[in-house]
Amino acid sequence: MMRPYITSLRAIVGREALRFLHQRERFVAALVRPLVWLVVFAAGFRAALGLSIIPPYQTYITYETYIVPGLCGMILLFNGMQGSLSLVYDREMGSMRLLLTAPLPRGWLLFAKLVGSTAISILQALVFLAIAAAFGVTTAPLGYLTVIPALAIAGLMLGALGLALSSFIKQLENFAGVMNFVIFPMFFLSSALYPLWKMAESSEFLHDICAVNPFTHAVELIRFALYGQLNLPALGWTIFATCAFMAFALWGYDPARGLTRRKN
Amino acid sequence: MTPGLSVQNLSYNYGARKALDDVTFIVEPGAFCALLGPNGAGKSTLFALLTRLFTTASGQIAIAGHDMTKVPRRALARMGVVFQAQTLDLDLTIRQNLTYFAALHGLSGREASNRIDASLDRLAIRDRASEKARSLNGGHRRRTEIARALIHQPDVLLLDEATVGLDAATREAITTHVHDLAATDGITVLWATHLTDEVRDTDRLVILHQGRIMQDGHAGTLRADASLQQHFLTLTAEPA
Repeated sequence: MMRPYITSLRAIVGREALRFLHQRERFVAALVRPLVWLVVFAAGFRAALGLSIIPPYQTYITYETYIVPGLCGMILLFNGMQGSLSLVYDREMGSMRLLLTAPLPRGWLLFAKLVGSTAISILQALVFLAIAAAFGVTTAPLGYLTVIPALAIAGLMLGALGLALSSFIKQLENFAGVMNFVIFPMFFLSSALYPLWKMAESSEFLHDICAVNPFTHAVELIRFALYGQLNLPALGWTIFATCAFMAFALWGYDPARGLTRRKN
Repeated sequence: MTPGLSVQNLSYNYGARKALDDVTFIVEPGAFCALLGPNGAGKSTLFALLTRLFTTASGQIAIAGHDMTKVPRRALARMGVVFQAQTLDLDLTIRQNLTYFAALHGLSGREASNRIDASLDRLAIRDRASEKARSLNGGHRRRTEIARALIHQPDVLLLDEATVGLDAATREAITTHVHDLAATDGITVLWATHLTDEVRDTDRLVILHQGRIMQDGHAGTLRADASLQQHFLTLTAEPA
């Protein structure tokens, strides 16, 4: 009974993996971006920004250490959006049609696609953590293990967001705008680059936005997991947002709504 | 007898524009049915509905007796599709492409592998199975897509302008192949095209124009003494 589900899941994840192997430039680009932030941006900011001791940290930390979870989040965020872009492209090119005519529930097919892209995001984030460690930005050894489930949940959330967006974007050309209105606000209005209390000092309003931004919670989930700790509120928020984005995606891909409906 | 493909009172609108207006036709099992229509006749919309890319509340579709609204997965499982746009992953080999598709239909391991071999044999491309799709010419890519659509042994094969962009000889070869599938394997074929030379006199012919069925019958009978090209042009000519 379950066999077609497992077979299809394996195939879809396998295809994502093969596709990823064929696009090594994309892999390098996805790593260079956070590394530039870590090495260049953080060096400049270290002097300007004073950090106090906040959980999960038990001592004063360097700014580099602070932004590592945010940069992991950045990798997941960019991959989620890139996945969304490739879905819109697939839809225009037809391979999405092939997927959607498989005799399985659409929700399952989309979920399988999400699992595939998330697995690759996790791999990239782990490689990034390894390079960061080579630069001397390390965490507790156990943290490298406990961070994996956190990366998985955060990756699923951002992948689901990409999936939801892709169903509402009718043409590739509209994509750039959406990236600007999603990636930048999500990243900058979060705890990725500065702790929320620091944000509150400059503007309560901005702080409130950051506090409800699901990306903040994804980053905090990763941050705590890197020290072997579970941030329950962040976990709750992230799961809630994942379900909400997935529901949007399912609605967006509902055949009764007309996925490829286009006025010629 | 259960028809291979049955379309009843199907309508679809894009906003105020009617793309399909009360379309009804039935294709007998093992018949080759050409769906002929000029660009914009509604062929693509019909294909999107037949493959459940989207659905409509007005009208019914049944694939080998399975209702697309009530048991969509059973209907999709009995259907093979060759889309107008090419849908091969060019970075993968032919075999990898077909294995991926087989898995989407729940087939894996030896069973999938055997069926893929049989399917590739049927389209005479098994010797190229380990080549990347990118290295194939347009004709071979199409053949691969047809082979792929047959892996799960469908009752109905839908092809949407499958010969677009191919040269005359390749077009002829592929048209013949698909006719053979209907004749020898008993597969019900719906062949959408805007090219009259792909239709044979013995084929079932449905002419779609401006979202409506204009004629439905045997190609030879419908065209009578005129060439099909002439017949088609007269029928679909815009009123001056």
